[in-house]
Amino acid sequence: MDNNLVQIALQNVNMWAIMPSLILICFGMGLLLINVFLPRGTTKHAVWISLIGLVVTGLFVFKGWGDPQYGFNDAVALDNFAAFFNITFLVAAGLTILMSDEYLRREGYPVSEYYPLVLFTTAGAMWMASGTDMMTIFLGLEVMSVGLYVLAGFFRNQVRSNEAGLKYFLLGAFSTGFLLYGIALIYGVTGSTRLTEIGIYLNAHTSLLGNPMTLAGLVLIAIGFLFKIAVVPFHMWTPDVYEGAPTPITAFMSAGPKAAAFASFLRIMEYCFFSLKPEWTAMLWVLAVLTMVVGNVIAITQTNIKRMLAYSSIAHAGYALVGMVAANEIGYSGILFYMLAYAFMNIGAFAVLVLAGKKGEDNLTLEGFSGFGYKRPFLGVAMTIFLFSLMGLPPTAGFAGKFYIFAGAVKAGYLWLAVIGVLNSAVSLYYYLRVMVYMYFRDPLEDYAWVSMPVSVVVSIVIAIAGSLYLGIVPGFVMELAKLAVF
Amino acid sequence: MIGVYHYMTVAAILFAMGTYGVLTRRNAIVIFMCIELMLNSVNLTFIALSRHLHSMDGQIFVFFVMTVAAAEAAVGLALMITFFRNRESIDVDQINMLKW
Repeated sequence: MDNNLVQIALQNVNMWAIMPSLILICFGMGLLLINVFLPRGTTKHAVWISLIGLVVTGLFVFKGWGDPQYGFNDAVALDNFAAFFNITFLVAAGLTILMSDEYLRREGYPVSEYYPLVLFTTAGAMWMASGTDMMTIFLGLEVMSVGLYVLAGFFRNQVRSNEAGLKYFLLGAFSTGFLLYGIALIYGVTGSTRLTEIGIYLNAHTSLLGNPMTLAGLVLIAIGFLFKIAVVPFHMWTPDVYEGAPTPITAFMSAGPKAAAFASFLRIMEYCFFSLKPEWTAMLWVLAVLTMVVGNVIAITQTNIKRMLAYSSIAHAGYALVGMVAANEIGYSGILFYMLAYAFMNIGAFAVLVLAGKKGEDNLTLEGFSGFGYKRPFLGVAMTIFLFSLMGLPPTAGFAGKFYIFAGAVKAGYLWLAVIGVLNSAVSLYYYLRVMVYMYFRDPLEDYAWVSMPVSVVVSIVIAIAGSLYLGIVPGFVMELAKLAVF
Repeated sequence: MIGVYHYMTVAAILFAMGTYGVLTRRNAIVIFMCIELMLNSVNLTFIALSRHLHSMDGQIFVFFVMTVAAAEAAVGLALMITFFRNRESIDVDQINMLKW
C-alpha cells in the first residue's frame, strides 16, 4: 500500500524540469562549504566556481528547449519560454560576477559569501520563470528577493547600503503581502493554484469574470509583480535602492530579477487571465505610458549617473510593458528579446561605472565624467556603445528590441502607444547624450590615475559590447528563438 | 452559524489594518510587524477557503507562507540591526540619505 503511494508520488516527479536550478543551488551550497575551509579574503576560487556553475547550468537549460519538461504535477515546466529567460538570468549573473571581485576589493569587502548569494538569487529567478503553479512562483520570488535584500545591504558599515537594503526589504515584503492576498482570492474563486487550471476554470465560468473577488485578485497579483518590475506608481523604491546598493548588484537587479518578474507576470497573465485580456491590457496601457513618461522625465534632472540609470531602468520597464499591452506573438517575443538585450547593455554600462568609480563612489556624477572619453579611450567607447544601445539607436541591441516591441504594439492596433513610446525614446536621448557630452566635450579632470583595468571587468565589458552589437546587427536569429519561446 | 464569509471578513479587516499600519507607522520593527499581520491575514484566508473548498492546496500554501515569513524575518531583523549600529535609530524617517 505504502509502496503504491510512493510510486504514484514519484510518477509525476521529473528532475529534468528543475535540474538547472538544482545544479546552481548545489554549486552555491558547495561554495559556502568550501569557504569555511579557506582563509577570509580569498575570493578568486569563488569567482571561478560560480562561473563554472553558471556555464554547467546553462548546458542543462537546453534540455528543455524544443522538448518541454514538466515536473512535480505540472508545478514546474522547463519549456522554451523558461529556457530563454534562464539564459538571460545566467548572462546577467555571469557578467555581474565577473565585475564583482574587483569592486568588492576596492570597497573593502573581499568576502566570498557574496557569490553563493548571487547564485541562489539566480536560482530563484529561474524558479520564477519556470513556475506554472502559484506556489512555485511565490517560492521562487521569495528565494530571489531574500537573497537580493541581503545583497543590497551587503556593505554593512556603509549607511547608504544599509538604507538600500532596509528600504528594499520593507517595501518588498509589503508587496509580497499584496501578491499573496491576490493569490488567496483567486484560489478562493477557482479552487486551484495551478495556472492552467485557473485559466480553464475562469474561461468555463464566464459569470465569475466580473466577480469583485476575481478582479481584486487580478489587481493584487498584478501589484505584486509591478512592484518588482518597478512600474510607476510602484517605483518609489527603485532609485534609492539602485543608488545605495553595491554597483554590480544594481546592475544585476536591473536585469535579472526584473526579467524574472516579467517572466512570471507574463505567464500568469497569459495562462490564468487570458479571458480577462481586454481588462488587463487596458490597465497596463495606462501604466506603460505613466512609467515611460515619469522614468524619462525624472531621469533628465539627475546628476548622479547611478541614479540616472535607475530612472532609465524604470523607463525601460515601461517600454517592455508596451509589448505586454500588445499581447501578441511579436510583442511577447519582443519582451524576451528586449530583456536579453537589456541585460547586455545595462550591465555593460554599470561595469564601466565600476571601473570609473573611486572608493565610496562620490565621483559618479556628470561632472566626474568630464573628459573621461579622452583619458580612458576604451572605457569611453564602451560607454558610448552602451548609451547608444540604451537610447535605442541602430545598430545596437536596444534599437532592435524597441523595434520589435513597438512593431507588436502597432500590429495590435495600439498606434498611439507606439508613438508615445518613440517620443519617450527621443526624450531619453537628452540625458544619455549629456553623459557623452561630458565625456568628450569637457576638459578632463586631472585625477584619472586611479582607473585600473583588471582583466575580469574588461572581459565582462567586452562580452557586453559583443552582445549589444550582435543583437543589434543580426537580431534575426535570437528573435526567431524568442518567437519559438512564447506561448 | 459562522461560515467562510465571516473568516474572510476578519481576514480582510486584518489585512487592511496591516496595510494601514505599514503606511502610518514610523518604526521599522512596527512596520515589519504590520507586514507579518498582512501575511497572517492571508494565511487565515487560505485556511478558511481550503476548508470551504475541501481542497488541501490552501493549507499547504500556508506552510510555505509561514516558512518564507520566518526567512524574511531573519534577514529583515539582521538588516535592521546593521542599520541601527550605524544610525542608532530604526525610525524610517531617518532613512533619508538617498533622495531625489
